[in-house]
Amino acid sequence: MVLTGAEIVIRCLQEEKVEYVFGYPGGAVLYIYDALFNQDKVRHVLVRHEQAAVHAADGFARSTEQVGVALVTSGPGATNAVTGIATAYCDSIPMVIISGQVPTAAIGQDAFQEVDTVGITRPCVKHNFLVKDVKDIASTIKKAFYLAKTGRPGPVLVDIPKDVSMHKCEFEYPKEVSMRSYNPVVKGHQGQIRKAVQLLLEAKRPMIYTGGGVVLANASEQLTKLTRMLGYPITNTLMGLGGYPASDRQYLGMPGMHGTYEANMAMHYSDVLLAVGARFDDRVIGDPANFAEEPRKIIHVDIDPSSISKRVKVDVPIVGDLKDVLEEMIRQLEAAPARNNADALGTWWKQVEEWRSRECMKYKNSDEIIKPQFVVQKLWEVTGGNAIITSDVGQHQMWAAQYYRFDKPRRWLNSGGLGTMGVGLPYAMGAQLANPGTQVACVTGEASIQMCIQELSTCKQFRLPLKICNLNNRYLGMVRQWQQLFHGERYSESYMDSLPDFAKLAEAYGHVGFKIEKPSDVEGALRDAFARKDDLVFLDFQIDQTENVYPMVQGGKGLTEMILSAEDL
Amino acid sequence: MRHVISLLIENESGALSRVSGLFSARGYNIESLTVAPTEDASMSRMTIVTTGSDDIIEQITKQLNKLVEVVKVVDISEAAHIERELMLTKVRATGKDREEMKRMAEIFRARIIDVTDASYVIELTGNQSKLDAFISALDPALILETVRSGVCGVGRGDRILKV
Ligand SMILES: Cc1ncc(C[n+]2csc(CCOP(=O)(O)OP(=O)(O)O)c2C)c(N)n1
Repeated sequence: MVLTGAEIVIRCLQEEKVEYVFGYPGGAVLYIYDALFNQDKVRHVLVRHEQAAVHAADGFARSTEQVGVALVTSGPGATNAVTGIATAYCDSIPMVIISGQVPTAAIGQDAFQEVDTVGITRPCVKHNFLVKDVKDIASTIKKAFYLAKTGRPGPVLVDIPKDVSMHKCEFEYPKEVSMRSYNPVVKGHQGQIRKAVQLLLEAKRPMIYTGGGVVLANASEQLTKLTRMLGYPITNTLMGLGGYPASDRQYLGMPGMHGTYEANMAMHYSDVLLAVGARFDDRVIGDPANFAEEPRKIIHVDIDPSSISKRVKVDVPIVGDLKDVLEEMIRQLEAAPARNNADALGTWWKQVEEWRSRECMKYKNSDEIIKPQFVVQKLWEVTGGNAIITSDVGQHQMWAAQYYRFDKPRRWLNSGGLGTMGVGLPYAMGAQLANPGTQVACVTGEASIQMCIQELSTCKQFRLPLKICNLNNRYLGMVRQWQQLFHGERYSESYMDSLPDFAKLAEAYGHVGFKIEKPSDVEGALRDAFARKDDLVFLDFQIDQTENVYPMVQGGKGLTEMILSAEDL
Repeated sequence: MRHVISLLIENESGALSRVSGLFSARGYNIESLTVAPTEDASMSRMTIVTTGSDDIIEQITKQLNKLVEVVKVVDISEAAHIERELMLTKVRATGKDREEMKRMAEIFRARIIDVTDASYVIELTGNQSKLDAFISALDPALILETVRSGVCGVGRGDRILKV
């Protein structure tokens, strides 16, 4: 069948079973929008800013096992999308971004709305393509989806000049992709896995540390099984929350800068550390030199060889698909002889429980002023722990991660790697569209929410019954906290004056808005909000302005040097 | 430590900038980089001379391998290998310098490939240190310009980089 390039683009999306495309039209993509108009399989979500299109597609992908798709025009459309693309790249989210480009003959002529999109996005995509011939569209899109979701996932951009989308050719969607230069490893090395299992069985102070890779690889079931078989303590990073059920006894909470005392101490003093789909990020292990001081054997399982031995030296590297490797570990463990480290393990657990008994997550609640931790706890109760929670960046993000217990993967969506304020609302949009029957709440701050607040309009158009929990402290809270602790309480530009009345603002967009000022009203407001099944409710919680996130490991310090509460200062 | 990394990469537009962008973004050194298509025109071969600790070199090869268009990467300096670089030097060649330049070219087994009444262009091939030695043997005042190709390398014997 002979089709235009634009029609081919849409046919490809149909072939890939894409349900939703998040986008914004413009000159260079007019043919593609025309082709979109003439069909009803692929639905288009018209956002209010291209950054949100990419974030929403990203949130869609994070909350499902699918590839998120965004569509933007050339020039400013593409540059607006860059923050979204970089955000997805830093967290390895599978996405395909289609951007329009000026006609091939105009490329390089400084044409209207021309930017070198492939050049600008090169460092923040897994791969990108400029399609110069209509005959290449189908095979390129096929490759884009394949690259996005295989190996270490990531965003792939396809830049299509306007004339290419207008030209015609015979359409045939390739059945397979073969690229001699791209063959991601799947199976882990048997010998290495055997060594790892051996080490794990001999460990005296074992610890399991897992990250976003477990969620991306859909390997939580395997991880949970393995962890229970071993009976070892486990921690999930900010990106890995829900990889192992948080309400389980073996779970020690999150590690790192705002992690729990017990998770950090157990990481530090372990003699065998099993790292799965995690990358020893600076926010997790603090100063690598300090971390390396304690001798321990590290087993590192990851799909990406370049993640291994990047920040810490690894003793047993295993490259492969996590699901596959964990399954093999389970098989070998089942066949392994009885363990002889039971005594040591008992002693180790005693130590871990002692650390846990410090109750580092305790906070002083108040009858007068709303504590942010209390709001998140109530949110957890009211939703029965079953909601998808999205977040932005700042103190509220940490409180959400600390106090909402995630028992399942793909329930917690946040920008861990790039730390992009503004993702919360569009992530919630993508997640709600992908999971229509599920409660979706966005825990945000009054600064972050304003970075993509225009999307309240999109939410109205698409009837998305989100619950937005704004932990409003009238400060760029996380910035204020650092200024208080490390910059002599000089609060330079971290106070935001002239905030809007968020409840009224939500109403202006056609939604429901509540302003909550008393702790005694928190639960009622949440229940009321979640009872409104069809409404987006904006809950503006006026919280304690000066509450800080604890525990805390200062940047550049070691995991054992934690500030547990304000009293430690 | 100095390393010579050879790689095969799809001969696509933008492939070179993916490699050079990787080096600049991650702060790796590039001493020289050469690239040209191989006997199979769909593929280019690159030789990159870089320096760094073992950890950094390990990361460089891993990061290069991660680029979607890179087909194969080898650190050829890990074992016996041959390096060659081409240099063209334009020198002033008048009066008694004319004979002297010819003599120098002979000593280094270089060739004079262009002659005018005032200058020579001397072509010299060798490893980096031979080229350096030639340059330092010349009177700097007589050097009009030099251009070096950057290093090309290949493993010895049965160490073969091919798909
Ligand atoms: C786009 C962007 N700009 C700046 C920052 C730096 N930053 C990190 S947290 C923060 C303050 C966030 O304030 P708010 O959303 O009110 O959350 P709070 O910390 O008060 O809970 C800032 C400015 C960022 N992460 N992202």
